[in-house]
Amino acid sequence: MSAVGYTSVAGQVLVVGGGAPLLTGWMRQIRARLEGRAGAGVLQPWRDLRKLLRKEPITPVGTGPAFRAAPALLVATTVVAAALVPLLSTDTPVRGHADLVLVVALIALGTMALALAGLDTGTAFGGMGASREMTVAALVEPTILLSVFALSIPAGTTNIPAIVSGAVHEPARLTSPAGLLATAALAVAVLAETGRIPVDNPSTHLELTMIHEAMVLEYAGPDLALVELGAQMRLTLLLGLLSSLFVPWGIATSASWTALAVALVLLAAKLCLLGAVLAAAEVFWAKVRLFRVPELIAGSFLLALLAVTASYFLSGAS
Amino acid sequence: MSAIPAALATATGLGGAGALAGVVLPYRLRVPVVGALTAGVGVSGCGAGVAALGGGSWAATFPGVLPLAGTYLAVDALAGLFMAVAGAVVAAVAVYGIGYATGHGAHGLGSRTAQTALPLFALTLVLVPVAASVSTFLVLWELMALASLLLVLAEHAERASVRLAGVWYAVMTHLGLVLLLAGFALFAADAGGESFAALRAGASAVSPTVRGLVFVLTALAFTSKAGAVPLHAWLPRAHPEAPSPVSALMSAAMVNLGIYGLVRTGLDLLGGGPAWWWLGLMAMGGVSAVYGILQAAMTSDLKRLLAYSTSENMGLVLIGVGASGLFAAYGDRLLAALALAAGLLHVVNHAAFKALLFCAAGSVLRATGVRDLDRLGGLRARMPATAGLFAFAALGAVALPPGNGFISEWLLLQSLIHGLQVPGVAVAVVLPLSVALIALSAGIAAAAFVKALGVGFFARPRSEEAAGAKEAPALMLVGMALLGAACAALALVPGLLGDGLDRAVAAVGLPGGGAVSGGALKVRIADLSASLAPLWVVAALTAALMLAIGLPRLYGRRRRRTNARLWDCGGGAPTPRMAYTATSFAEPLQRVFDDVLAPEQDVDVTPVRESAYLVERVRFQRRVPDRIEHRLYEPLLRTIAGTGQAARRLAGGSVHLYLGYGFFGLVVLLLILAVGW
Amino acid sequence: MGLLRKIRDTGRVAEPAPPRPEAEQLPAAREFGGSVQVRCVDAGSCNGCEIEIAAAFNPVYDAERYGARLVASPRHADVALVTGPVTRNMAEPLRRTVAAMPEPRLVVAVGDCAINCGEFSGGYGVEGAVSDVVPVDLQVPGCPPEPGEIVAALRRVTGR
Repeated sequence: MSAVGYTSVAGQVLVVGGGAPLLTGWMRQIRARLEGRAGAGVLQPWRDLRKLLRKEPITPVGTGPAFRAAPALLVATTVVAAALVPLLSTDTPVRGHADLVLVVALIALGTMALALAGLDTGTAFGGMGASREMTVAALVEPTILLSVFALSIPAGTTNIPAIVSGAVHEPARLTSPAGLLATAALAVAVLAETGRIPVDNPSTHLELTMIHEAMVLEYAGPDLALVELGAQMRLTLLLGLLSSLFVPWGIATSASWTALAVALVLLAAKLCLLGAVLAAAEVFWAKVRLFRVPELIAGSFLLALLAVTASYFLSGAS
Repeated sequence: MSAIPAALATATGLGGAGALAGVVLPYRLRVPVVGALTAGVGVSGCGAGVAALGGGSWAATFPGVLPLAGTYLAVDALAGLFMAVAGAVVAAVAVYGIGYATGHGAHGLGSRTAQTALPLFALTLVLVPVAASVSTFLVLWELMALASLLLVLAEHAERASVRLAGVWYAVMTHLGLVLLLAGFALFAADAGGESFAALRAGASAVSPTVRGLVFVLTALAFTSKAGAVPLHAWLPRAHPEAPSPVSALMSAAMVNLGIYGLVRTGLDLLGGGPAWWWLGLMAMGGVSAVYGILQAAMTSDLKRLLAYSTSENMGLVLIGVGASGLFAAYGDRLLAALALAAGLLHVVNHAAFKALLFCAAGSVLRATGVRDLDRLGGLRARMPATAGLFAFAALGAVALPPGNGFISEWLLLQSLIHGLQVPGVAVAVVLPLSVALIALSAGIAAAAFVKALGVGFFARPRSEEAAGAKEAPALMLVGMALLGAACAALALVPGLLGDGLDRAVAAVGLPGGGAVSGGALKVRIADLSASLAPLWVVAALTAALMLAIGLPRLYGRRRRRTNARLWDCGGGAPTPRMAYTATSFAEPLQRVFDDVLAPEQDVDVTPVRESAYLVERVRFQRRVPDRIEHRLYEPLLRTIAGTGQAARRLAGGSVHLYLGYGFFGLVVLLLILAVGW
Repeated sequence: MGLLRKIRDTGRVAEPAPPRPEAEQLPAAREFGGSVQVRCVDAGSCNGCEIEIAAAFNPVYDAERYGARLVASPRHADVALVTGPVTRNMAEPLRRTVAAMPEPRLVVAVGDCAINCGEFSGGYGVEGAVSDVVPVDLQVPGCPPEPGEIVAALRRVTGR
């Protein structure tokens, strides 16, 4: 495969890995400005990570290999998923492996690893976080897979580069009712999967309101850096996936350096835009009660189901 | 060609020798000899199956063996697949069973009855797919049921619940036998012959009503054996009470034979049928998948959790088989082949990881004496090999990469997603619902197994029994390692099975699609393709893991890792009692689904004797019952009991009444003869 | 829409940053590089200092812009902001909280009670000042100290 292809894959991993803290900083900055504050600056999450990496690594007595391995596993699954999803280019050496079901499953694997780590601490908060996280993850699965189904109908395959290049050549697919419904369903699923408001508040200090935070209360230093980086990378990756699926213009469909450069710039722009929209929305929303979250997810599930049936009936195949 | 009969004869011989050894030998010799002979049965059965999968076939008739009917035997690729799976599971579990029964005395699994029944059970597991006539099939089926019943009851002297479980199992399996008998008798009568060849040839001559009736009767019996809701009630009772090697055999080899019967009857003998058959199967499969895993997520008994998980996985297989029949009914045979291949691959994967899960659970039970997750914990430090193998098998059970369950689930999803090209409104409605149900069951399965692994094995022990656990003896670990190797092979190189699966699918008349090919999985329908390369995923994950571990080490200050006290919020050492239990872990999920589960809650307040306002003790109890049992079985049992009670009045004791019955019966008979014929 | 109009009309609330504190940056603080996570521990205070700490993180003073952030667990924290005289019940939890923080770590005593027991000095429930229980690196006097002083102390730690 050509050098451009390999560079695209490496570029995707770098954008997601290196750009995730920047995106988080950007989102925090937008929130701060909307709330009338000055904010810490876009580079603050980078400073946080740098400091955490230089701190003392701690292993609490009584935890085991699941606790030790989870941060690295979380980051590893996100890295592989970032290599697969065509954020920059659909013409990469791994395009044959880039199956949407596989990417969804890899993200679920990361969630599971962190939940096991929460249970491995043996503390009440760790178990609580794990229990809530697995409940939300279990309920979000049908929505995600049905959205995958809806997206694969016009393309005829679950291979992401094929879906994306199909959408680039036929934009009408995305503005059809099925496309819009699938966008909405997948957006809610992304919010649930990454633990943002209204499903979970990432900056809460009240343990009884935590879902994701409660699992990581025991991590310190470099482990915490990996956990935070992993969470930020997942957000970046999922926002990138949303933009690839629903706003695919700009993604390089051929192996050329100029196309890649254009794709890089456009990806950064799309991520900034999506991040800004999400941050602004978070100012207006409140976190819902844990036991109201299933209602929210059920609503998104219905949207996804409608997307599939609409896609089937409107595409003329009967 | 001659490999298959030679292997089958070896298996039969070893099985008989094993049964004899179980009866005759004293305890010390009995367990290892019977175990070795049973393993031999498994290996030869597996060999026969692999030979059949490799393209061999065999048929034979023994007119004298069964009186009046004669014995017909035939091996094709479909039978070979199930034989290979059963044989492999038997071989590994037999080795494990030697370690399990050793040192526990001549009762339970080590008793004469159990050790005699074990090789016979193994033999029937291997031979049922070989039967090629109705009577042979039913005789072998009944032998399998009886042998397994004896094994389920092996520990009856230790617990009373074993006897109840045995009763449920006996009744349901024999009910299944009656349904099978009725269905097959109807089929044979109309098709003009009872050998499978005659049934196949005469199926087209049978009227659609009778075909439908035959399918319904046999499907009820086979899905009950497979553990599909609503006829699943024996599964969560029999599996926890049986000794763990027996549970492993039942869950990983016996329930598969229900699927085998279904595929053989529905797709092969009856030659496919109208869409409503397969829609019914898919509905049953979908409900089983979600209900089964929901119950698994609620229960805190480790073996009951695994039993309900079997129900879930069989539900997934039923969705595959049903989709296959549906696509074939609408004419898309290529897609039908893909769906059937997905279902069969899931049978193989499930056998591997479920056998390993049950063996690991048995190892825990033997070491601690406790099945309740709420009282386990901390086992990863005390039983590291068991914990590691359980974790590996659980990865397969939750259908996530790089486990083996993910591959078959992926294939199933692909066949359903591409199924929308098949015309029909029913298809358009059912397929998205099936995908949604599969996804929901996968999500809840992840929660259930995180609970089993996290609460049962991680953190600290919650009881003295768990604190005193020791690692399992070597033979048990060898058996588990064999199953683990099988899981790993299925996860990394499923393509090795590819040609075999194609032949098995072709054996029921569907064209082999070449869906599973060496190394990578490729799905080719029309001119579109999707592919999954498990080896690549594992390699990529390993590389990414190296990256994730290495980079921080490069950047960070080289500080030594310290062991610190657990952060207990400063208030005092956290006791194991403070950790989350399996019940508390499942509570949010239970709340979400409490309309489906209808948990029963009981609060008992005991006031102090002197005053009704001062509380001495409060007792809180919550049960999540099996709602289908509650709604379906209990009224049925009550009606039957009521009818039985009412019928007692018929036997009043008066001789005049009995003479009257005789006279009345005679009069009715004469009337019928005069008027009717 | 009402909220949107309110955001537009309110504009920026944060006051302009006062000049950097003249006192020297702490040596351990150089390791932090402008990012400090703070865990507040109330060792027995009357909550007056808590209100001022909350005010220090509100939009007007906005301590976050200097790189300080409140976190939920001492394992995530670099600085422990301890308020109040250390009561007998809170002595051991305070030691454990500070011990749970990974190195490099700092303890900042906020308020007169934390520095020398203030009003509650000699009380029967009071074990001592914070420095009697854990080593203190920085002190912020006042009863309660102004939010601006708390922010200045945090700026000495972050260096921004």
